[in-house]
Amino acid sequence: MTAVTLPLETARPVGRLRLTLYAGAQVLLWVPTLLAFLATVLGGVFSVAWIGLVVPVWSVPMLRWVAGRHRAMAAGTLGVPVSADYLPVPDGSHLVGRVMLWARDPMTWRELAWALVSLTLGFVLALLQVLLFVLVVTGALWWFGTEPIMRARARLDCLFLTYGRTDRLEQRVVALAESRADVVDHSAAELRRLERNLHDGAQARLVALSMSLGMADEAFETDPERARRLVGEARATSTAALGDLRNVVRGIHPPVLADRGLTGAVQALALDLPIPVEVEARLDGRPPAPVESALYFGVAECLANVGKHAAADHAWVRMRHRDGTLRVVVGDDGHGGADPASGGGMLGVMRRLAAFDGTMTVSSPADGPTIITLEVPCALSSPKTTPSSGPA
Amino acid sequence: MRLVLAEDNALLRAGLTQLLESRGFTILHAVHHAADLDRALADPAAEAAVLDVRMPPTFTDEGLRAAISARAARPGFPVMVLSQYVESLYARELLASGTGAVGYLLKDRVADVAEFAEGVRRVAAGGTVLDPEVVATVLARRREEPLDRLTPREREVLAEMAEGRSNAAIAQRLSVTEKAVAKHINAIFTKLDLPVDEDDHRRVRAVLAWLRV
Repeated sequence: MTAVTLPLETARPVGRLRLTLYAGAQVLLWVPTLLAFLATVLGGVFSVAWIGLVVPVWSVPMLRWVAGRHRAMAAGTLGVPVSADYLPVPDGSHLVGRVMLWARDPMTWRELAWALVSLTLGFVLALLQVLLFVLVVTGALWWFGTEPIMRARARLDCLFLTYGRTDRLEQRVVALAESRADVVDHSAAELRRLERNLHDGAQARLVALSMSLGMADEAFETDPERARRLVGEARATSTAALGDLRNVVRGIHPPVLADRGLTGAVQALALDLPIPVEVEARLDGRPPAPVESALYFGVAECLANVGKHAAADHAWVRMRHRDGTLRVVVGDDGHGGADPASGGGMLGVMRRLAAFDGTMTVSSPADGPTIITLEVPCALSSPKTTPSSGPA
Repeated sequence: MRLVLAEDNALLRAGLTQLLESRGFTILHAVHHAADLDRALADPAAEAAVLDVRMPPTFTDEGLRAAISARAARPGFPVMVLSQYVESLYARELLASGTGAVGYLLKDRVADVAEFAEGVRRVAAGGTVLDPEVVATVLARRREEPLDRLTPREREVLAEMAEGRSNAAIAQRLSVTEKAVAKHINAIFTKLDLPVDEDDHRRVRAVLAWLRV
C-alpha cells in the first residue's frame, strides 16, 4: 500500500507560514482527537449493552470531523485532493442502523488507527514544527525543515485517512466483477428474446409464405383463381414478415441512431410520442457507440413509461456533456410515483448503464413531476458541433 | 417520364427498374453510390427521382440528404424516398424541403405495383405521398390546435390525403360518394384557414399543417 496515490507537486506549495499554521492547528486538535478516540473505543465496547449506543452517535461524527480537518490540511500540504470515501448512509436510516453502518465502514477503523498514530508520532512532528518556529534561534532549521516535516506528517495522515491505490483497485475489481456478471446475464437474456422474436415472427411467417407459394404453384394449372388468391396471401404475409424484422432491428440497433446519433434519435423518439416532448441537446460530438446505444434505450424506456403511465401533458429531454460526464434528464409533468424497482425495463436500463459506470436516478414524488437522470462518464468523439433544440 | 433511380442493392435495383419500366417510366440513371447520385440528380433531363435512404459510402441517410439538397438546387424537384423503415422525423425534414412533390414510403409498399406507380406519378405531379405508418404515428398524437377542430371523419379524409390518394380513391376506401369527400376536403381547408389556391397545393398545405412542419 502506498501512502499517496496521486501525483505530487501538482499545485504550488503553500507558504511556510501556512504550513506552520497547520502544525499549530494539529497540536491544538490533539485533545479533540484523544476525546473522540477514547469515546469511540469505549462507546463501541459498551454498545454491547444498548445503553452504550448513545456514545458513538456523537463520538463517530466528532472523529470524522477531526479526521476531516487533517485531510484538508494534508490536501493543502501535498497539493492533491485527499478524499474520505465513507460508505454512504441512506436517508432516513435510524440511529442503530447508522451506528451499525459506521461499524461496517472500513474507513471508521482506519480513522481509529489514525487517531493512535496522530496522537503520538503525528503529534511529535507537529510539535517539532511549531517549536522550530517559536524558538526564534532555530530560524534556519525552520526555513529549510518546514516542508519536509509537514510533508512527512501529511503523508502519514494520508496513509490512514484515504484509500491507497491497491485498496481502490480492489474495490474497483469487485464493482467490475458485479457489473460484468450483470451485463453477461443481460445480453444472454437479450439474445434469447431476439431468438424467440425471430422464431415466432419472421421465421414463422416465411414458412407460411413458402407454403402459400407452394400451394399456388400447384393450383396454377387447375384453379387459377385460387392460385391468384394464394399469391395475394403470400404478399400480405411477406409484408408482415418485413414488419417483424423491422421491429427486431429496432430492438437491436435503431437505424435512426446510426444515422443521426443520440440527438437525432431522441428527437425521432419524441416525435412518435402522443404528447409534445421538448428535446434540448448540447453535445459537441458523439459518445462511443455502446454508450450511445445504452443511453438511447434508456431514454426510450423512460419516454415509453411517460406515454403509458404518467398521464402527462408535457415531457422534456435535456442532454449535456460536462466535466467528462454525459447527463441526460428525462422529465414529465405527470402524476409521479414511478418506482424503478417495480419495472423490469428500468432495472434493465440501470444494468446496461452500470457496464459503463453509468447511473440512473429517479425522482418521482406522489404528485409529480417525475425526473429521471441518466449519467455516464465518457468522452465525446469528433469536434463536430450539433447543437439543436426545439419542440417536437 | 424520365426517372433517376438510386438503390445500392443490385437485386432491388434491377427489380425496381423492371417494375417502373413496365409501368411506362424511363430509367434515365440507375445508380448505387451517393457520389454518382449527386451527378445523376444534376442531369436537367431528369424529371423525378426514386431514392433509397441508406446507401454507400456511410450507409446512413445519404439518400435523404441527397433528396433534400437536390430540392434545394431545383425547387419543387419531385422525389420519392424509399426505406426499410420510416421515421416521422425524416418525413418532416422531407416535407420541409419545399412544398409538395415528395413521397416517403416503406420499401414493402412496392409490392402493390399499381399503387406504387400511381404514388410516383402523384409525387411527380406535385402531390404528397406518405407511408401509412407515418400517418398512423401522427394520428396517435394528442389533438392539438387547429386540428382538434376537425371531425373524426374529416381526420380520416386528411389521413387518406396524406397517403397521397385522389378524391376518387378516398371515396372508394371510405365507402362514400366523391361529392361527400369533396365536401369534407373543403371543410378541412376552411377549418385549417388555408388560403384559396390551386387544389393540389391546398392538399399539400393541409398535410403539412397536420404534420406541424
